[in-house]
Amino acid sequence: MSLFGRKKSPAAQTKKSNIPDGLWIKCKGCNDTLYTKKLDENGKVCPKCGFHYPLRAFERIDITVDKGTFEEINAGLRSIDSLDFFDSKKYEHRIKQAEEKTKMKEAVITGTAQIEKIKIALGVMDFSFMGGSMGSVVGEKITRLIEFAADEDLPVVIFSTSGGARMQESTLSLMQMAKTSAALARLSEKGLFYISVLADPTTGGTTASFASLGDIIIAEPGALIGFAGPRVIKQTIQQELPSGFQRSEFLLEHGLIDIIVKREDLRKTIASILKFAVK
Amino acid sequence: MNGGGLDFEKPILELERKISDLRKFSAEEKIDVSEEIKSLQNKLKKIKDEVFCGLSASQRVQIARHPKRPYFMDYADRIFSFFLELHGDRRFSDDKALIGGLAEIDSVKIMAIGHQKGRDTKENLLRNFGCAHPEGYRKALRLMKIAEKMKIPVVSFIDTPGAYPGIGAEERGQAEAIAVNLREMSLVQVPIICVIIGEGGSGGALGIGIGDKILILQNAYYSVISPEGCAAILWKDRAKAKVAAEALRLTAGDLIKIGIVDEIVAEPSGGAHRDAGEAADNLKKALVKNLKELQKIPVSTLVRNRYNKFRKMGAYEGEENGSKNKKSKNQ
Ligand SMILES: [Zn+2]
Repeated sequence: MSLFGRKKSPAAQTKKSNIPDGLWIKCKGCNDTLYTKKLDENGKVCPKCGFHYPLRAFERIDITVDKGTFEEINAGLRSIDSLDFFDSKKYEHRIKQAEEKTKMKEAVITGTAQIEKIKIALGVMDFSFMGGSMGSVVGEKITRLIEFAADEDLPVVIFSTSGGARMQESTLSLMQMAKTSAALARLSEKGLFYISVLADPTTGGTTASFASLGDIIIAEPGALIGFAGPRVIKQTIQQELPSGFQRSEFLLEHGLIDIIVKREDLRKTIASILKFAVK
Repeated sequence: MNGGGLDFEKPILELERKISDLRKFSAEEKIDVSEEIKSLQNKLKKIKDEVFCGLSASQRVQIARHPKRPYFMDYADRIFSFFLELHGDRRFSDDKALIGGLAEIDSVKIMAIGHQKGRDTKENLLRNFGCAHPEGYRKALRLMKIAEKMKIPVVSFIDTPGAYPGIGAEERGQAEAIAVNLREMSLVQVPIICVIIGEGGSGGALGIGIGDKILILQNAYYSVISPEGCAAILWKDRAKAKVAAEALRLTAGDLIKIGIVDEIVAEPSGGAHRDAGEAADNLKKALVKNLKELQKIPVSTLVRNRYNKFRKMGAYEGEENGSKNKKSKNQ
């Protein structure tokens, strides 16, 4: 058995999950003890309380697209430390660490796939790679994906999860916000559709660019979504934040997203929207 | 020039005070001290050269945040022969931290927008320290659309620590407001010049920062995060802000090298706050020159170039442009 009973790709099996090692964990949602295998079988959603745990990019692809239809593009792009950035570690070193930890080259995977036989351009972010931060490669891959979709007349679906712009690339990462958003302007001019799906957490420069520009924006339940992080806001305003602040339900109430969809219904919902958008 | 000085400015301010005291004394007592003054002035020039030529990144950030630094409206007063402020986003309110209106500069009609900081506590409350809410970004876009209709260029003056991180800002879609500006500014069918006059604070700066020419004042900075914020996250120590400022490559000189900005506008020695008139003259010259150049370019070319300008920003390896979007089956 695997995620929602769909057969796992070999890639997904080799990737480690975000769930701590061990057979049992304490659920972040309900504090109950959870058998990790049960959690995996349930698409990393707590069967008791419905808490949505993060998915790795390949796991996400696996439960979203028609089996065997995903073809990756621009897989070879890799970050470089062009600014010679250093903090306690060199950026180059951090990239290598992230690569080893995640077995990925960057925080996003892009390609083409089919959902219920509808061909799409698909981008899936992975929070495990440096907090899903957007540097030049994430920006470039997303932009190329959108341009590719515009050339090939494809709808775009992007799953975002990101802590925002990658500090180690400074203004270069900031400019990825401009780049990706401008590409979406061109997509829109061609009358092509873009579905943005937000998973926990999506904040900062990613939210303030392509993630917020979906023609339709879907969020998973309980996802933290915002411009500024809650800690920064709390520090700035010097007061407690209202409960549920910046969660999907809060965003829905304030008119900022179209719909909240549980993970197990996502594929179906995306497919049904695509059937309206693609003639 | 007393008070409000930065640490590294102090020897200069002191010498300047000495010279002015000596002048006063000589006038009152009718004693010729021109020799002494001359020698002090030479000394002053030497110290100024020493201090201001080798400014560190964090010292430049201090100058960019100097409480006496000229703000958007200080430049407007000196540069524009006409200014009519236009208010409101037509949806929620009028953001006083991000303002704009019709303006004339050297008889060129433009739409001017910019962040506005306050000079004192009362003003800063009104201006929210130059930190705009979503309505500010939405107003800015509304004004740009007016500019498009009027076929007049847009000039944006960037000076913000960042877009405001608050409850209302999040409730009303700060991220969406900025994102929409990034998308729409890439399509605006008139020339856009952006000039970072003080602080270029991350997304809050970029939200009015998409243009055909990006200028920056000599001591202004532009960064993905404040040096303090970066130090807190990466070094777990806000006191490491000085090191972070260096690492972030946020000075005008760095940004030219990286290819983020096109042109540096010179400031008077020691920073714009030491002679706002000179700073404004320099800025005016740079704006007029760039406006003239951009107005010669056909709009379709302009907008295509604007896309390509931001399109090529970024540093990565792994694939040549030729093999762009090459498919590789790896699953
Ligand atoms: Zn639970």
